[in-house]
Amino acid sequence: MNNIPTLSTLVKQHQKDLLIDWLKEQMASSAWRSDLMTEAELRQQSSEFINLFINALQNDTSSSIESSDWDDVREMLASVSHSRAIQGFSPLETATFVFSLKKPLFTRLHEALKNDVEALDAEMWKATVIVDQLGLYTTGIFQKTREEVIRRQQQEMIELSTPVVKLWEGVLALPLIGTLDSARTQIIMESLLQKIVETSSPIVIIDITGVPTVDTLVAQHLIRTVSAARLMGSDCIISGIRPQIAQTIVHLGVDLHEIITKATLADAFIVALQRTGFRISRPTS
Amino acid sequence: MIIKRHEVFVISASENVITARQAVKKWAVEMGFSLSDQTKLITVTSELVHNIVIYAQNGTMLMEELDDKVRRGLRMTFHDDGPGIADIDRAMQGGYSTGSGLGLGLSGSKRLVDEFSLTSEVGKGTHIVVTRWK
Amino acid sequence: MDRIPILKIGDILLVSIQVDLHDRLVLTLQDDLTNKLVETGARGVLLDISLVDMVDSFVGRVIANIASMAHILDAEMLLVGMRPEVAITIVELGMSSSLKAVRTALNVEKGMDILREQIAAQKFEHPHDHQTS
Repeated sequence: MNNIPTLSTLVKQHQKDLLIDWLKEQMASSAWRSDLMTEAELRQQSSEFINLFINALQNDTSSSIESSDWDDVREMLASVSHSRAIQGFSPLETATFVFSLKKPLFTRLHEALKNDVEALDAEMWKATVIVDQLGLYTTGIFQKTREEVIRRQQQEMIELSTPVVKLWEGVLALPLIGTLDSARTQIIMESLLQKIVETSSPIVIIDITGVPTVDTLVAQHLIRTVSAARLMGSDCIISGIRPQIAQTIVHLGVDLHEIITKATLADAFIVALQRTGFRISRPTS
Repeated sequence: MIIKRHEVFVISASENVITARQAVKKWAVEMGFSLSDQTKLITVTSELVHNIVIYAQNGTMLMEELDDKVRRGLRMTFHDDGPGIADIDRAMQGGYSTGSGLGLGLSGSKRLVDEFSLTSEVGKGTHIVVTRWK
Repeated sequence: MDRIPILKIGDILLVSIQVDLHDRLVLTLQDDLTNKLVETGARGVLLDISLVDMVDSFVGRVIANIASMAHILDAEMLLVGMRPEVAITIVELGMSSSLKAVRTALNVEKGMDILREQIAAQKFEHPHDHQTS
């Protein structure tokens, strides 16, 4: 092998200085969040990354970070990205971790190869290709993590906002309000079934008066819930069905014979009472 | 993505259905899956292992715990060198027949998981991979 | 060989499944129940699955079969205590239609009440029915 320094050999040779310069870059940039991370933590993360980066470079042949040589680096970056996403760093602040490595790398390359334009060109290109890929990868993980967090928060909100009400002994009511999307409906339905077991209620009134539209997916969920409740031993009455919604359900080709439907929750309540052996009467005066 | 651990089960008798189910349940509980998801996982395991026992007599189930740093998942791979499925599309469409048919239950199984892939060749065997993410 | 015990409580056979179901066990239960129904002339079967954590298509089919069989033998079967997650899974699997004809109740207590009422009503309608011991 000739003595022309390569990206790989230079990085290994100047590891300590590289780390120092890189840390300086990170902390000088506007992306540094001293409120979310201490200098010691940053140093530890950066040092770990440089070690893995050097190892990967030694073995790397393709400059593609998807190859197995880069597995450890990707894993570490994913971990950094994931935790930063959760801690509240912005995408830019997280990507800066990787991208700010470019300047120290280029500085070293230029110093060592300034008299060999071709070699300088090749190694700088290689460095750019690799760092860019790593930066993009980091951003990708960040995004996935954020989406996951949002999804979980939505789930919690949904669970909190749809109470199941016990109307009477053995009669539960679930007044649905607002637009229903697939995810929300699923969660509501699961919690309804859970309530049925907890209260041993043989009758459930699902009132959809407050639901403006029901698409086929939601109608399917509703029907599935009714089926599941029946399997458990509880019958559902659906109240508040408007003509358009009735049409959707019919279009689905669903056999509605088994599902009792009533125009209003009040009507449904009376049916529920009757089925549990009660009757409302007014004392004659 | 990394595979944190894996285990292989040999399927050759209907007793193996229970072993497979119990193993899946154990891992699902350890990984913190909701009760709903646990049930879906063991049910799909039961369905697909049953298929192996009924149609191919023997095969294997590979269970893997996945971690892609954003979420964790449980992946099961059902493999047999049995007769294979001739008409995959039809098999995937069919529901459960009320007749004697021991339905393949593939379309139903697909609904219980997040990812489902099936490859099969007549005379060679069938390979099904299902994944559920936490 | 292990089998699932069948208790006779008056006119009703009570079966409470508390173990992991494998094929042979399930099929044996089907046979045992048929035999017991004929033997005792019981008019009701209460199948309690409140401790069952999974019902796949195989078990589902057997349950449907038991219900049909009981009906043919002039008995009514009630499936009780199905857990929410099991119910959801059955519906997602697409199996709920095959279990359509199976009557259900929330728990053993309610199930017993329903069956007793039904049996009593039938006795009233057919006073000359054979009385079980």
